[in-house]
Amino acid sequence: MSEATMLTKDMNLLSQHAKDMRREILKMLTESGSGHTGGSLSAADILTALFFYKMRHRPDDPSWRERDRFVLSKGHAAPLLYAALALSGYIDRGLLKTLRSIDSPLQGHPSSKMLKGVEVSTGSLGQGLSISNGIALGLRMDGIPSRVYCLLGDGELQEGQVWEAAMSAAHYGLDNLCAIVDNNGLQIDGFCCDVMSIEPVTEKWKGFGWNVIDIDGHNMGAITSALDDAEKAKGRPTVIVARTVKGKGVSFFEGRAEYHGLAPTREELERALKELR
Amino acid sequence: MGERIQDKGQKSPGAGKAVATRDAYGEALLSLGKKRDDVVVLDADLSGSTKTIKFAKAFPGRFFNLGIAEQDMIGTAGGLALTGKLPFASTFAIFETGRAWEQVRQTICYSNLNVKLVSTHAGITVGEDGASHQALEDIALMRVLPNMTVIVPADGRETEQVINTIAEFPGPVYVRLGRAKVPVVVPEDYLFRIGMAHTFHVGRDANIIATGIMVSHALDARKMLESDGLDVGVINVSTIKPLDEAALLGAAEASGLIVTAEEHSIIGGLGSAVCEFLSEKRPVTIKRIGVKDTFGRSGKPDDLMKLYGLTAEEIVKTVKTSL
Repeated sequence: MSEATMLTKDMNLLSQHAKDMRREILKMLTESGSGHTGGSLSAADILTALFFYKMRHRPDDPSWRERDRFVLSKGHAAPLLYAALALSGYIDRGLLKTLRSIDSPLQGHPSSKMLKGVEVSTGSLGQGLSISNGIALGLRMDGIPSRVYCLLGDGELQEGQVWEAAMSAAHYGLDNLCAIVDNNGLQIDGFCCDVMSIEPVTEKWKGFGWNVIDIDGHNMGAITSALDDAEKAKGRPTVIVARTVKGKGVSFFEGRAEYHGLAPTREELERALKELR
Repeated sequence: MGERIQDKGQKSPGAGKAVATRDAYGEALLSLGKKRDDVVVLDADLSGSTKTIKFAKAFPGRFFNLGIAEQDMIGTAGGLALTGKLPFASTFAIFETGRAWEQVRQTICYSNLNVKLVSTHAGITVGEDGASHQALEDIALMRVLPNMTVIVPADGRETEQVINTIAEFPGPVYVRLGRAKVPVVVPEDYLFRIGMAHTFHVGRDANIIATGIMVSHALDARKMLESDGLDVGVINVSTIKPLDEAALLGAAEASGLIVTAEEHSIIGGLGSAVCEFLSEKRPVTIKRIGVKDTFGRSGKPDDLMKLYGLTAEEIVKTVKTSL
C-alpha cells in the first residue's frame, strides 16, 4: 500500500480499521495459544490512528529515510504491532497465524532483525523512550522533518529509565518526539494503583517539562486531534496520556488483569469476533 | 599514579611516551571527529575523566551529555545509530557494562546496532576511588553477549588504532580502557586488526597470554625468566572476543604451559576465554593470573597491583612453580 492511498481522515473508516486490527490480534493470539491480549487491544485505536491517519510511512519501502518512526516500548503488545504492519501492507496477513512459532519472524516480542517494519527490538520495558530520543536527535541533526512516536504502557512508567529519558527529551527540546501512554490502569499483578501507583501521571510528565495532552484513548476523534496538536507544540516533547481500557472491544476481556498475558481460547475467540463484527 | 608504571615506558628502548589509554582515546576521538561528521559522542557526566571532553569542545553539536543516567545514554546511543550516526558512548566501565548491562543487551546487541561502547577506569588501577569504581567484571559481562566484540588495548598506541579500526567495523563493540598511564608496548609498525592477537615471541617452556596493562608486565616477566634460562613467550590478546584461536593453538602447541594475565577477575575474562577454547581444542596446563574473585580497595595503582598479584614477579613465580 502506498502512503497516499493508505492514510485517511474518515473517522468511520478508521474505526473499521481498528475493529479489523482487534480481530487480527485475537485470531493470531488464539492460534499461537499464548501472548498478550489485554494490552494489545487497549492500544488498537491509538495504533490505527498512527498507521492510518498520522504517520508518513511507506510499507513498500520500510527504510525510507523520511518516514515517521514508531517505537513500541511496550514490546509485549507485539500482536498489535504485527496487526498494524499486516493491515498497512508491510507483511502478509497470512503470516500473522505464525505468531510465536519456531520458524516465524513474529517473535513473542518484536525483533527488528527478523521483521521489516519493526524499527528496533523491544520487550524489556522502559527502554523505548531513550531509543526514541536518540532517533529524534539524529533526525534533527540531519534536518529530516520526520516525527518519532513511542508507545509506552502505564505500568511501564514504573521503570526508572523512562524518567531518565523523560528528562533528556525535555532537556534537548525534542519537539519531533511524541510519546503516548496506553493508560489502561492494569499490569500483570493487578491494578497499577495497587501494585505501584504511578499517579499523578499527567503532573509527572508536566513536572519533567513535557507538553501533556490527556485524552480518551478510544475516541478516534480525540486521538487524531491529539496527534495533530502534538505536532504544533514547539521546543518541547509531547506526551499523550491516553485513558484506555485493557482488553477494549471484547466485553469479557475488558478491565481484567488476568488477560494481560493470556491468549483467548477458541470458544472465547468465536464470542469475541461476534462482538467485533 | 604509580611512578614505576609511568617510568617504565620511557626506559624501554624505542618505546613511545607512556600515556593512559583514556588519553589516547580522547585524542583519537577528536581526530576521528574531524575526519567523519557522522561520529557522535555520548557521555554520562564524566567527560573530563573519559576524555570525551576534547571531542565535546571541538564538536558541541555532536556531543550529548545525558547526565548521570547510563541506561538512558545507551538507549539514546542506540537511537542515534538507527538514524545512521556512529555513536561512541563513554563512561566508567562499571557503570557502562554493569548498571546499563541490560540496555546493552536488549537495545544494542539484540538489534545489532552500530554503537561503540568505550569505557574508561576499568580494573584496580582506578586506584584511590576504591572497589565501587573498579570494574573487575566488565570483560565477563560484555563477552557473554551475542553480537558483541570485546577489545582491551595494551597501550596508547594500540588504543588509537583500535578506535580508528572499530569506526570502520559495523556492529556493537566494547573497548576497555584504563585511568593510569601505561608504557607503550606494541611495536612502532604494529597493525591492529580485530580478532588478531600480537605474538611478541612464542616460548618453548611457557607462553604468557596477556591483555591490557598486563602485557607490559608479561614482557617484563619474560625477560626475568630468560635470565633464568627459560624460553617464555608473550602474546597480546587485545581482542578477547572473537579470540585469535590460531595464535592460542600455536602457543599451546609450542609449550605445555599457558599463563593468562589480566587486570580483571579470573572468572569470566581472558583466562576463562582461553580455558574455554583450549580445553576443547588442545588441553594444556593453564594458570590464570587476575583478581581472585574478590573486590578491589583504595590505594595507589602500583600498590594495588602488587596486593592483588598483578605483577611481573607474580607471573615469574607462577611459571616457575608450574613447570
